[in-house]
Amino acid sequence: MTKGRIGRRTLVTTGAATLMATGTGLMSPVWAQGLAPTESMRGGANNYLPGAPIVERIGGGGFLMSGTVRRAGDGAPLEGIRIQIWAHTTEGFERDPHSHGATLTNAKGEFQLEMPQIVPAFGQPHAHLAYDSGDFETVFLRPVMPSPRDTSLSAHFVLKPA
Amino acid sequence: MTLLRALSVWSLLAVVMVMPVIVAAGSEYLQYRSAVYVVAGFAGIIALSILLLQPLLASGLLPGLPMAVGRRVHRWTGVALLLAIAVHVVGLWITSPPDMIDALTFTAPTAFSVFGVIAMWALILAALLAVFRRKLRLRPQLWRLAHVTWAAVVAVGSVAHAILIEGTMGNISKAMICVVLLGALGMTVYRLQPWKGMLRRTQPRLPR
Repeated sequence: MTKGRIGRRTLVTTGAATLMATGTGLMSPVWAQGLAPTESMRGGANNYLPGAPIVERIGGGGFLMSGTVRRAGDGAPLEGIRIQIWAHTTEGFERDPHSHGATLTNAKGEFQLEMPQIVPAFGQPHAHLAYDSGDFETVFLRPVMPSPRDTSLSAHFVLKPA
Repeated sequence: MTLLRALSVWSLLAVVMVMPVIVAAGSEYLQYRSAVYVVAGFAGIIALSILLLQPLLASGLLPGLPMAVGRRVHRWTGVALLLAIAVHVVGLWITSPPDMIDALTFTAPTAFSVFGVIAMWALILAALLAVFRRKLRLRPQLWRLAHVTWAAVVAVGSVAHAILIEGTMGNISKAMICVVLLGALGMTVYRLQPWKGMLRRTQPRLPR
């Protein structure tokens, strides 16, 4: 089962890379020699509630969601970027407002937010992350945990100025 | 000896059909789900169990159940299967509409959604063939080939759907019912040989 998932991700990644490399016009020449912006993932925006508040942690915590935010092209870390996070956890469904929270990146472009343990929903243990603040193009991510027993998960953003 | 064989076949079948439901009922994930989500999940597991009966009933593979009786039961279990899938889909829709819309429009990030939705449409087609059997006026061989073909898509699609999902089902009981289902499908296709009449008819007829 795990094998199949990695296979799909590899397929998507290499597929996307090939598409860009072969120059379908999806990628601007500006990024050709630098860091390409992150594409939104399928289903990433599902059950999104815009404007999640910045919180110390979501609910009781116990699970660590972390990642980085960099600028497309030169890869410079971006500080003070608001990342919104939600998931189906031991404390609530994706649609519940109390399952949503946001945090800001530090000077190194890193963010981390404690949240309740993620449990499989709709067939996969996964989280949702959003950058949707306007200065850069909106990106929705939907990372999947390699194992539902994992107590942490990371996701990385490369943002393209809007 | 015959009785012993019949007893063992039926009890094995009962174990394979019921175990997935029992194991799922003990899943730790249930406590984190809404009632509707739980019902939708179990409807899917029960549908898989009913699906296992379909090929066995259609080809008279079950001891003590003649093919004619089996076929009549097959229609009713078919109706039950459709109802279970309806509850499964509607329940999941209520639980998370965007995820269900993605699945039904083949835009979900998960491969199992694709297999599940293909199996659902194949089930609907197989059922429509059954409902309009008289009206369609197809040659019996052609009707059988079409029905068996869609049914095979249902079985294979459902197995792929179930195996790829990380949910409440236990891995062992899930693998067991999937293997037995594919085996039952294989035996049924081998026994019915739905292509046979087709081939005979397409061969040139002897001159009178």
